[in-house]
Amino acid sequence: MRPVYAKEDVCIGCGLCEVYCALAHSISQDLIKAFKKEHPRPLARIRVERTNALFLPMQCRHCPDSPCVYACLTGAMYKDPDSGAVAVDPGKCSGCWTCIMVCPYGAITRDIDRDIVAKCDLCPGRDVPACVANCPNEALVWIEDGAAGRASSLAATAQEGIGGY
Amino acid sequence: MATSTTGQMRQPTSASARRAKAPRTEYLIIGNSAGGIAAAEAIREVDREGAITIVSEEPYLAYSRPLISDYLAGERSLDSMLLRLPDFYERNGIEALLGTRVARVDFDHKLIELEDGRRVAWRKLLLATGGTPIIPKLKGSHREGVFTFTTLDDAKKIREAVDRQRKVVVIGGGLIGVSLAQALVHRGVVVVMVELMDRVLGTALDVEASHLVEEALRQKQIEIVLGQTVKEIVGRPEDDRRVGGVILEDGRTMACDGVVFAIGVAPRAELVKGSAVTVKRGIVVDRHMATSCRGVYACGDAAEGYDFVHKTNRPIPVWPNAVAGGQVAGYNMAGRPTRYEGSTGMNALNCFGLSTVAAGLVEPKGDPSCEVLVRPSAANGSYRKIVLRNNRIVGMVFVGDIERSGIVFGLMKDGINVRRFKEALLSSDFGLGSLPDDLRRKRLSLPNSQRSEARGNEE
Repeated sequence: MRPVYAKEDVCIGCGLCEVYCALAHSISQDLIKAFKKEHPRPLARIRVERTNALFLPMQCRHCPDSPCVYACLTGAMYKDPDSGAVAVDPGKCSGCWTCIMVCPYGAITRDIDRDIVAKCDLCPGRDVPACVANCPNEALVWIEDGAAGRASSLAATAQEGIGGY
Repeated sequence: MATSTTGQMRQPTSASARRAKAPRTEYLIIGNSAGGIAAAEAIREVDREGAITIVSEEPYLAYSRPLISDYLAGERSLDSMLLRLPDFYERNGIEALLGTRVARVDFDHKLIELEDGRRVAWRKLLLATGGTPIIPKLKGSHREGVFTFTTLDDAKKIREAVDRQRKVVVIGGGLIGVSLAQALVHRGVVVVMVELMDRVLGTALDVEASHLVEEALRQKQIEIVLGQTVKEIVGRPEDDRRVGGVILEDGRTMACDGVVFAIGVAPRAELVKGSAVTVKRGIVVDRHMATSCRGVYACGDAAEGYDFVHKTNRPIPVWPNAVAGGQVAGYNMAGRPTRYEGSTGMNALNCFGLSTVAAGLVEPKGDPSCEVLVRPSAANGSYRKIVLRNNRIVGMVFVGDIERSGIVFGLMKDGINVRRFKEALLSSDFGLGSLPDDLRRKRLSLPNSQRSEARGNEE
């Protein structure tokens, strides 16, 4: 599985990942329209925590052993058998928030307008998730869990950055 | 008599020859809901071959029980309530005997007898039988128009009747009652909720959160009668067989067209009565979800599993616990030793748009060993409470802004000492960034295992 990781000492808290995440999940795929015209507004599935003079972008880690999937009351939250990504079926989600209660990263959001949850889906259909592609400081990295990453140089940078984790 | 646990059939003797005819399954699961399905999947992870049989008295493919309120509200069909794809059983080599009630379990000979006379022998048995709705002995509860609300069939019955029912009395203000009341309101039914305690959701929420939920319910014109119970269900003047009203304990009478018991569920353990399986309030299980009878496991609402807050076994009839327990039972049944890390009472609720999350000990009521941190309810409806004991979180209530509640739940579950950052727990900005560097790094590298055999308390 390849979740997106953040290098907290590199993140400058600009919030562009949030903007581009929301855009990537918009209907229009147009920045101005997405934020000014779309109702309900598209939601970012990444959130930059700004506490203790620290910037920490958080999103779903696609846990191998996902508490949200086990807790889901409806079978909406599932692990994609091919990619290993944790995904939610919006048609099955009932907006009960049980997954939010058990996510140890606080990475699942209420989509109040639709009464369902929203979370990182790693941007299916894109080569690189929108948050990673648009991070101006390369604070967000997309690496393979374990050894062989797709882009070894990227992985090496990331390993360095999150060393000690 | 020695009972084989190695999988070999006993030598057919004259006495057992008849029994030997019963088809034998490796893993027999009674119950086709959260616990049973989780167990079957766990078994398949370990054992691709061994025959799995699931028996359920309900005729449906496994469906989400909590969604029966959406079904009743008319917002969902059975198709969108299924927990797994319809080919789940076939794909996993599971024989599903649905719509079949188990008449008897013979623990000595390790076989069950179904109501239709068929028998199935097992090597490992899981009791995932769930709970039975509690129905108090009440005068008049035989009348037409009296329901319970725990299964899809219950929801179907209420749905059929609901057009004729303009006013329904819901007995019980717990989670079932509240979700039922919401569904009925969606159908345009006038709802009166009668709760014995002095507040709704008295076991799930603290006082303040209960009041916020009551407010949300009253805004939808639900009448809430607290500290009262129904003592009699009366018939109609024109037709005594049908529900016409209720009489409360204090003598008040109320006209209504239907009554639903939503008091809660009791562990369903009638199949093990008189057997070697120990039952207290629920079926007693150890940390491997094994009962006192070798080869027999239990999980979910039927069992009493370990509560990591109260540090004791007790029934916790909530869905996530059934899944976690079922999974652990499944691994152990299939031969992968796995320890149940325990759970605690926990509930998330979306009540007419009011979001609440509560877990653990939410109302310590003057317990001197507890420290209570509170962020009072704000105009925007947000409220937060954290209960600590020895600087460890033992309870939590979030209302409104609930997004980061899972981080707190994780800290509680893992018994983390929060002394260094406890003030931050109440902050609306609270997140992993609020934790001290060393702890944050540890949390971020969490293997996040639900079920690791070795997990000690940190700090």
